[in-house]
Amino acid sequence: MTPIDLIQPFIDFAFMRRALSGCLILSLSTAPVGVFLMLRRLSLTGDAMAHAILPGAACGYLLAGLNLYAMTAGGIVAGLVVATLSSLVARATPLKEDTSLATFYLMSLALGVIMVSLRGSSVDLMHILFGSVLALDDTALAFIATIASITIVVFAIVWRLLVMECIDPGFLRVLRGGGATAHFAFMGVMVLNLVAGYQALGTLLSVGLMVLPAAAARFWTRRIGGMIAAAAAIAMLSSALGLILSYFWRLPSGPAIIAVASAIYLASVLAGSVGGVLTSRLAFRHRSG
Amino acid sequence: MSPSLSFANVTVGYARHPALHHLTVTFPSRSLTAVIGPNGAGKSTLLKAAVGLIRPMSGRITCHDCRQRDIAYLPQLAEVDRSFPIPVFDFVAMGQWRRRGAFSAFRRDDDEATAHALAAVGLVGFEGRTLDTLSGGQMQRVMFARLILEDAPLILLDEPFSAIDDRTIGDLMQQVERWHTEGRTIAVVLHDLDLVRERFPRALLVARQCLAEGPTAEVLTEANLAAARHMTEAWDDHAPFCAGEAA
Repeated sequence: MTPIDLIQPFIDFAFMRRALSGCLILSLSTAPVGVFLMLRRLSLTGDAMAHAILPGAACGYLLAGLNLYAMTAGGIVAGLVVATLSSLVARATPLKEDTSLATFYLMSLALGVIMVSLRGSSVDLMHILFGSVLALDDTALAFIATIASITIVVFAIVWRLLVMECIDPGFLRVLRGGGATAHFAFMGVMVLNLVAGYQALGTLLSVGLMVLPAAAARFWTRRIGGMIAAAAAIAMLSSALGLILSYFWRLPSGPAIIAVASAIYLASVLAGSVGGVLTSRLAFRHRSG
Repeated sequence: MSPSLSFANVTVGYARHPALHHLTVTFPSRSLTAVIGPNGAGKSTLLKAAVGLIRPMSGRITCHDCRQRDIAYLPQLAEVDRSFPIPVFDFVAMGQWRRRGAFSAFRRDDDEATAHALAAVGLVGFEGRTLDTLSGGQMQRVMFARLILEDAPLILLDEPFSAIDDRTIGDLMQQVERWHTEGRTIAVVLHDLDLVRERFPRALLVARQCLAEGPTAEVLTEANLAAARHMTEAWDDHAPFCAGEAA
C-alpha cells in the first residue's frame, strides 16, 4: 500500500472529505476547551456535560424527529441550563463545582433516557449517543464551522481573564475583575463544542476529542499556548488516521478516531518529553547548577 | 494618595458568630501597622472584610481616598494554582491589571516595570520559570513583585512571612519599608513580636475585639499580651444575641 492509497478514500468519496473537514475544524476549536478543562481539573466536567446535553437533544428529537436544528437547539439549551445552574450553585453555596454539576447532569441524563425511550427504539438512541461522522451534510458542516469560529473569537476575548481565573481566582475577586464572566463564557463555549461534537462523533465520544488530545499535549510542553497547539495537532492527526482506519478496516468512525487519540495519549504518557513515565525515569543526568 | 482605612463598630463573622466583635479601629494615612493577636483572633477576617471578601454583619468600613477594589491584598493562603503552566514574568505582569485590565495590550514600559519589580524582589533570572518550580520563599517574592506592580495606595498583607527564611523576610521587609517611605498606608498581620517591635511604628492587638491600638511600645505591654492570651476561641452555640445589635 502506498501513501496515495491512504488518501484515496478522501479523493474518491465526498462523504469522507466532509467527515475529514468536519473533524479537522472541530479539532481546532475543542483543543483550547480541552486544555482549559484539564488545567481547571474539570476534565470530567466535559463528560458530565455531554450527558447533560442528552435530554435537550432528545426533546428536539421527540418534537421534530431526526432534525438537526431541533436536536441542536435542544442540546444547546439543555447544556447551558445545566452549566449555569451548576455554576450558580457552586458559587453561591458550600457545594463544590464537581458535586453540583454531578447532581444536575444526573437529573438531566435520567430525563433524557426517559424521553428517548418514550418514543424511539434503541437504534435511535445509538444514533444520538454515537453520532455519524460519515453522514455529515453541508448544513452540519457549516454549523460546526460556525461554532468553531465563535469558540476561537470567545477565547481571544476572554483569554487573559480565563487564565487569571484559573491561576488566582482570589486576585480577580478582590479586583472585581469579572472572573465569573470568564467562567460562564467558558462553560458556554464548552457546551457549544460538545453540541458540535455530537454531530460528528456523538455525545459520548465528542468529549474524547476534547479531553484526550489535551491530556496528551500536557506531556510535550510547559507553555499554555504550545499546549493548545499540540492538542489541536494531536486531535487533527487522530481525526485523519481514525477516518482512514475506519475506512480500510470497516470500523465505526467516531470510536476509531477516539481510539487513535487514546493511542497517542498512551504513547505520550510513556514517552512524553515533559514528565512522561519512561523519559522521566531515563533522564538521570542532571545539570551542575 | 495615602488613604486611611477605618472600621466603625464593625462585627464580622461566620454563621452568625462574630469573629470580630464591635471593632472600631483606624489605620491612619501613611501608617505602617502590625496587626497581631493569637490564632483565631480575627486578624485575617479583618483584612478580608476590608477588601470586601466578607460582608460585615453590622458596622461600616470606610476607605478614604481609595476605592475598595484598589486595595492591594495578599491573602494568607493565596489560592494560586501553581501547577498552571505560566512563566513567572507573565504572572507578575498581571499586577498591572488595574491599568491594563482584561483586554489592553502590554506596552514596552509595562514590560520594563515588570522587570523592575522582579529585580526589586531579587528574582532576576527567574522570568521564564514556571510557578511549580519555585520554593515557598521564591513564590512569596513573586507575590511581592506582583504587589509592587499593583502600585496600590493601601496595602494589606496577611502573614506574609510565615514559613519564610530570615534572608527572604529581610528582603521583603525592606520592600514593605520602601512602600512606607513612599507614603502608602500598610497593614501587616504578623506573629513575630520581635520583628514588630523592631520595624513597625504602629500596632493593633486584636483578640476577637480590639484590645489595644497605637504606637507599638504602648500596645505590646505584658498586660495587653496576657489579656490576648485569655481570649476564648470556641463559639458558644447558645450565646444570647448581642444586645448592641438592637441599637
